[in-house]
Amino acid sequence: MFEQNSKIVFNKRLAPEIFLLALESPEVVAEARPGQFVMIRVTPGIDPLLRRPFSICGTRGDDLFLILYKVVGRGTAIMSQTRAGEKLSVLGPLGTGFDLPKRDCNSVLVAGGIGVAPLIFLAQAIDAGKTAFLSGYRSENEILPLEQFGLDAMETLISTDDGTAGHHGFVTELLENHLAGFSEDPPLIFSCGPLPMLNRVAELALKRNIPCQVSLETSMACGLGACQGCAVRASSKENRTYFHVCQDGPVFDVQKLDWKAL
Amino acid sequence: MDQPDLRIKIGPLELKNPVLTASGTFGYGQEYSDLIDLSLLGGIVVKGLSHKPRDGNPPPRTVETPCGMLNAIGLANMGLETFLKEKLPALQKLNTAVIVNIYGHSIDEYGEVAAGLKGVKGISAIEVNISCPNVEKGGMAFGTDPDISARVTERVLKNSDKPVIVKLSPNVTDIRAIAMAVEKAGAHAVSLINTLTGMAIDIESSTPILANISGGLSGPAIRPVALYMVYQVAKAVNIPVIGVGGIVDHRDALQFLIAGATAIQVGTANFVNPRATLNIIEGLKVFCAERGIARIDQIIGSLKIPDQI
Repeated sequence: MFEQNSKIVFNKRLAPEIFLLALESPEVVAEARPGQFVMIRVTPGIDPLLRRPFSICGTRGDDLFLILYKVVGRGTAIMSQTRAGEKLSVLGPLGTGFDLPKRDCNSVLVAGGIGVAPLIFLAQAIDAGKTAFLSGYRSENEILPLEQFGLDAMETLISTDDGTAGHHGFVTELLENHLAGFSEDPPLIFSCGPLPMLNRVAELALKRNIPCQVSLETSMACGLGACQGCAVRASSKENRTYFHVCQDGPVFDVQKLDWKAL
Repeated sequence: MDQPDLRIKIGPLELKNPVLTASGTFGYGQEYSDLIDLSLLGGIVVKGLSHKPRDGNPPPRTVETPCGMLNAIGLANMGLETFLKEKLPALQKLNTAVIVNIYGHSIDEYGEVAAGLKGVKGISAIEVNISCPNVEKGGMAFGTDPDISARVTERVLKNSDKPVIVKLSPNVTDIRAIAMAVEKAGAHAVSLINTLTGMAIDIESSTPILANISGGLSGPAIRPVALYMVYQVAKAVNIPVIGVGGIVDHRDALQFLIAGATAIQVGTANFVNPRATLNIIEGLKVFCAERGIARIDQIIGSLKIPDQI
């Protein structure tokens, strides 16, 4: 884990509200595992005050790591204005990563919107021939070109809420269809996206007892386990009431969470 | 010129410098041990400890506000027994003062935690959080009533063999009255301010953003309020005052020292910049050295009020 000022190598727009940021840090690259995140300070000043958490979306060579982010508020709006050559204070890599599937295991990755970010890093680390990448968007103009991330060999399916591209409907419907193709040995599920989507993914996984890991998004103050602000309710089978997303997650086995309280 | 002497004394407690971490913002120290050398700190005030473990409040627990944040963590902690077994051994090995922040929901509970820390080695002092709700008085915070604040202080002192610092709530009409009451009860020092009560509302859903409805405001937004209260209390009591509230850099820290604080605590700034405490210590050294100030305690209470016209 490091706290350092990392140089921006590029910060480019990929879709109307979506940016891809490349930061230079051989230290972070050497440690980063799929599913981990960094806390970025978008301004050296005190407003906005807190760092923002971002999943690591991948690495390039030995020096660069990538952040794929959506402009959702003031912090990300400020970050979207930063340019190559400037520096951002980065703290990380933080949190637990995904448990990677064994070599011969089938996997299915299920992303909702900007939830593709940690799954892109995961997809790069696992067997493309055994993996399907399902991603859902609201509309065609939000679709992220996965081939830019070297994922062309992977089976990729898309859904849009408005039917402008791919399956007309939710990505969880694509997942249902995909799982129906496996009468036994269903693929491991990895997912990240909005909470209602994750809820449905968890429901499908729990119904067939399929191992499923989800990456959760919450607001965070410290990212280090010090403030205990990012609590999520643990399943009643756990020996504790809350987990902390920053330290116990952001990746969780769906069985460990209380989905009714999320 | 020689290195300026940053050592200060809080009652019987001597610290290598006046920079402490504020309770609830630094965990048990280990959370930051990969990032900074903890032995350089004046001291670590650990997360608020109760007799029994507490889960804390449901989420959302935090929300960012202008130059600050609201939190309603709900004093989640592992309880006395687990703290002593799992967290204290690592803290004892650090070459810095360890101050244990304690709280209760009844005077008896305060007494129980204090008694549980009695005789335990490697704890330099106890800081008593009197901002939490008193279940015997319908949830009114202990720290809003001078008599009850004094009774909590007396009980902790009676059950403790360590210096006792009482952390004051700013959510009162006159903080000096509480400070004087706990001084009279025997407190070795006071620290102030705890967070200011506030709230934030989601205008789309018309619901409070925090599940707890209200939370405690911290960060630079509260600094001027904290500074004035420290100034008032430092004039009103003869025990050392520890200044807390929105301190981000050494210039902020100096304002508190000049206003009369003997030491300062850094809280929310730890989240933003894990090196904030060390930068402040370095900044204080440079400030003193550049001005030929041999000892940091020469700055404490050095405020000059120009003659009124």
